[in-house]
Amino acid sequence: MYATTFLLAVREIRRHLLRSFLTILGIVIGVWAVVTMVTLGNGATAAVKQQISSLGSNVLQVRPGQGFGRGGGGPQPPDFKIEDLDAIRGQLVGVTAVAPLVQSTGAAVYNAANWSTTINGTNREYFVAQPWTFTGGRMFSPAEEQAGKAVCIIGSTVRNRLFRGADPVGKRFRIKNISCEIIGTLAAKGQGGFGNDQDDIVLMPYKAVQRRMTGNRDVRTIMVSVDDAYDSQAIQASLRKLLRERRHLTSEPEDDFNIFDTKQISDTLSGTTQILTSLLGAVAAVSLLVGGIGIMNIMLVSVTERTREIGIRLAIGAVAREVLLQFLVEAVTLSCLGGLLGLLLALISTMVLAPVLQVPFIFDPKINLLAFFFSALIGVVFGYFPARRAASLNPIEALRHE
Amino acid sequence: MASDIALGETLISLRGVTKVFGEGPTAFSALKGVDIDIARGDFVAVMGPSGSGKSTTMNILGCLDVPTDGQFLFRGHHVERLERDQRALLRRRYLGFVFQGFNLLARTTALENVELPLVYRGEDKARRHKLAMAALDKVGLADWWDHTPAELSGGQQQRVAIARAIVTHPDVLLADEPTGNLDTERSIEIMELLTDLNRNSGITVLMVTHEAEMAAFAHTIIHFRDGLVERTEVKDAPGVGS
Repeated sequence: MYATTFLLAVREIRRHLLRSFLTILGIVIGVWAVVTMVTLGNGATAAVKQQISSLGSNVLQVRPGQGFGRGGGGPQPPDFKIEDLDAIRGQLVGVTAVAPLVQSTGAAVYNAANWSTTINGTNREYFVAQPWTFTGGRMFSPAEEQAGKAVCIIGSTVRNRLFRGADPVGKRFRIKNISCEIIGTLAAKGQGGFGNDQDDIVLMPYKAVQRRMTGNRDVRTIMVSVDDAYDSQAIQASLRKLLRERRHLTSEPEDDFNIFDTKQISDTLSGTTQILTSLLGAVAAVSLLVGGIGIMNIMLVSVTERTREIGIRLAIGAVAREVLLQFLVEAVTLSCLGGLLGLLLALISTMVLAPVLQVPFIFDPKINLLAFFFSALIGVVFGYFPARRAASLNPIEALRHE
Repeated sequence: MASDIALGETLISLRGVTKVFGEGPTAFSALKGVDIDIARGDFVAVMGPSGSGKSTTMNILGCLDVPTDGQFLFRGHHVERLERDQRALLRRRYLGFVFQGFNLLARTTALENVELPLVYRGEDKARRHKLAMAALDKVGLADWWDHTPAELSGGQQQRVAIARAIVTHPDVLLADEPTGNLDTERSIEIMELLTDLNRNSGITVLMVTHEAEMAAFAHTIIHFRDGLVERTEVKDAPGVGS
């Protein structure tokens, strides 16, 4: 009986191809909109997460000053010393790496090529905290780090500007008027989470930068990499306590430094895009609902139009349930067809749009299934009322209907 | 007319059947106490002017409607006590309908139209096809099975409708003005077909008509007037009605 009913429904749909298509157009657009929005939104969330993770996952960055937008007045709080790093390493548990960042800017020159870039002085542990990949060469040796030797590891932007296609490893170039040997090259990371070029960088042992560029023993930024097994909030708290002691702030109410937790930022930003995705999905879902009303509208018209046919079926001996089922199956078949068509369109449009919007294309079977089942549900809900009306027709009056 | 009709036991019996439409001051009594007995194998024509109650009687006999009062016995069932769906099952099992306006499904082939009652009987596809082709063959339209009603003449459409009515081998064929939309020649062909089904397939035929010429094919003629049976003619004796 169910197979036959389905067959009758398909026959009826085929008989009114254009009308059937127009009927399901609302569902098609609804499913299309929902799936496209959510898929692109998920892609955007993934893109944000990926950009943030290029800053290093679970890394605490410590800087002097009171954080974003504050600490305008008063004297500049002092930078950190390399002894602070030793103390952190020695006294905190759950810390996998502690790296200094001594920053400077200057021109990098090789033959006639000239490029202004950022110089970061750091240590070997920096490569634990930051997800860099080497395309060639190596990091500093412990001896080079200890001695503060003039060795450089260059980012892909610097490499492209100065060396074009040539392999720079082993060559010497001048950076801020120091001759420096290139020992390694880094793979491109692309744009950072804040629109900066992360590859426009030269890495050197921090002692080399302190001695020959900044001219002091200060460390501007400390990067602390936290073991995933430990609670980063707790470690943040002990880090704060330790630094307050070392900076003699025990009697002061406020810190003169700030701790920037990349994980927290990552969670916040991806949370925001996820909320936006849900919001867009919800707006699109409204159009799906409107599509359902479209189906009900046409099905009601169809019941009126086919009153005589219903009369014939009833006279022949169809029971009310069979007529109900026929119209219900027709509505559900229609809306499922609409759902499938919408999914297909969504697949095509997200595959086309994702590269244009520079977000990764992520096929999410969950939202596809959900949208499909929702469209089927709409068929049931909005098909039921017209089907009930058809089933409750009086056969005599239905047969007399013109 | 030949009177070689073989009548069996009483198949249908109406006792004191009344039908009132509407309520209160606008109420209208269509039937005012009708008694009819129809034997198995009979060919009955129901005649009468419009508003005489013949259509209402046919609707009740076709289990499409129930009497307001009185009894309707069909194969031992008190039809007046049955629910809507139970009456539908009676129609499905024992009745076939032919209408004045043919009432075939549009844009549907003759074969699919004839198959329709079998769909509701739950027959499988192969059996549906076989039975429907046999029925079409019986009405002489086996070669036209893949034509839609729009491609068939009125007479042919009515034959398809008859094939649809007899495909389930019903006990009773109810025909409501089956020749009302056809010219005389076509009408006589249809009447000959109905007579053949009555004589040779043992189907009891109940037909409403207002044409005496068509009623003459029947064995029993029931005349209605003002919601009552006026008189019943039985062409038992040779020569009656011819």
